[in-house]
Amino acid sequence: MAFGPYLLLATLEGLVMAAVLALTALGLSLVFGVMRVVNVAHGEFFMLGAVLAWWVSSLVSGNPAIGFLLALIVSPLIVGAVALVSERLVLRRLDYKPEATIVATIGLLYIIQQLVLTFYGPEARPVVAPFDFRIRLPWFGYSSYKLAVIAASILLVLATWFVLTRTKIGLVMRATQYDGEIAQAFGVPVDRVYAGVFALGAMLAAVAAVLIVPIQQAHYLMGLDPLLLSFIVVIIGGLGSLRGTVVAAVLIGLSDGIISVFFSPTLAKIIATSFVALVLVFRPQGLFGAETR
Amino acid sequence: MTAALTLENVDCFYGNVQVLRGFSLELMQGEVLCLLGRNGAGKTTALKAIMGLVPPRSGRIMLGETDLTRLTAHQVPQAGVAYVPQGRRLFAELTVAENIEIGLMTRKKGKATRESVLDLFPVLRERLKQRSGTLSGGEQQMLAMARALCLEPQVLLLDEPTEGLMPSMIARIRETVAALRERGVSTILVEQRVDAVLPVADRVAFIENGQNRDTLDVERLRADPDLVHRYVGVG
Ligand SMILES: Nc1ncnc2c1ncn2[C@@H]1O[C@H](COP(=O)(O)OP(=O)(O)OP(=O)(O)O)[C@@H](O)[C@H]1O
Ligand SMILES: [Mg+2]
Repeated sequence: MAFGPYLLLATLEGLVMAAVLALTALGLSLVFGVMRVVNVAHGEFFMLGAVLAWWVSSLVSGNPAIGFLLALIVSPLIVGAVALVSERLVLRRLDYKPEATIVATIGLLYIIQQLVLTFYGPEARPVVAPFDFRIRLPWFGYSSYKLAVIAASILLVLATWFVLTRTKIGLVMRATQYDGEIAQAFGVPVDRVYAGVFALGAMLAAVAAVLIVPIQQAHYLMGLDPLLLSFIVVIIGGLGSLRGTVVAAVLIGLSDGIISVFFSPTLAKIIATSFVALVLVFRPQGLFGAETR
Repeated sequence: MTAALTLENVDCFYGNVQVLRGFSLELMQGEVLCLLGRNGAGKTTALKAIMGLVPPRSGRIMLGETDLTRLTAHQVPQAGVAYVPQGRRLFAELTVAENIEIGLMTRKKGKATRESVLDLFPVLRERLKQRSGTLSGGEQQMLAMARALCLEPQVLLLDEPTEGLMPSMIARIRETVAALRERGVSTILVEQRVDAVLPVADRVAFIENGQNRDTLDVERLRADPDLVHRYVGVG
């Protein structure tokens, strides 16, 4: 294949990665932005979303699209419920103290991982894509499903942006983010907002995972990469900045896709991590972050 | 005259440090009660106790028949108490309009309230789309008051609203407080400086070390300004 088409292919692969990464990182960024909680278990919510997607779709026989669509609805809901329960039982009781919540979410990471290992096992299992005809490009054929992942992710990011900036719920979330104490003095039930945001963050990761399982199989250790990459994206983009998160996800996803295709995935990770170091040195608040309070 | 708000023997702590010690206060219907005290006397803490932001360990805070200490912090404003915090504490990243919207949402007030509040502070009307953190100090204070008035509160708590403002702006704030009294709003006004409150207060309560000292009619202070020195040591 000539260089041009090869680059196009790498870019498409990078965009798929960016799409999933943007959703996952958005969840992490929301939780940190509003609650100031660093959720180390975020990747496990992603993994749980993928594993549940396999489970739900395995319950349905017949057209794979039905199982997949069911998974796309049920899996994020269950993950959201798990997050809600962990928030009520653990984070709230720790009063959202930063150090304590880091340790607690590390614990949550291992609990979820071991439970999945016990009940789902160590195998990697695929979910059949709802559709997968190849789109003929002049130089190569490309999976229509992968393009659909990109489109779905764009829609979801836009929906999140709309909710945050154009609705009353979003306004309440932003007010809580800037000053939780004063938000309470204006009738905002801050601890319910926290619970909702934590669940929403986990659900975004779960949706991303459901979208990716037809491409990458469900496995109980699959949460690590999304966690690290989400942290990278959130740091580069600026904590709590929606725009920054999306821009950084595209940047990291694309560079990862392109460098992985032309060189090696390890080099891609090295470059991403060095970029984080550079951002931390020269622009600690991130590319789009406001100065910290 | 009936009391709009009563604090009875309120004890408040930060961790193990007691800040309010058996603090009591009575705010009459439709009056402006000024709370005076030195730095660190516990004035802000008293207001936060009313708002449920620093829940009292003991004592009662009655708003009419409602015991506010039994409500959670977000229910207190819904009961009709509005708070203008020290240092304004606007949602700085949000626009003027969004700050006002938050105020309106507290007690589900609508367009009519919004219009009447904006009529009180016409400057804000021209700046609805501006990020509130970029307003001037005086404008920020007006927005903080506007946001609170969006609750159409029975009781208004003002924590040092004149801090860092020039005299003409202080006069504006004073006029607003007086206008609200005409509408029957009861106000607790926390201040450092007596001269800022003498023109507008009905009574003055002194707080020292988290305990309340005398409460005086403002006429007595006007007649004998030296009294203030006895209580707060500054004029
Ligand atoms: N969040 C907090 N944690 C611990 N101690 C606090 C806290 N807030 C206030 N304090 C302490 O409580 C005491 C009373 O503080 P408060 O803010 O109520 O004083 P104030 O009368 O409003 O003073 P100022 O006029 O300077 O605003 C002070 O000694 C202060 O150090
Ligand atoms: Mg104070």
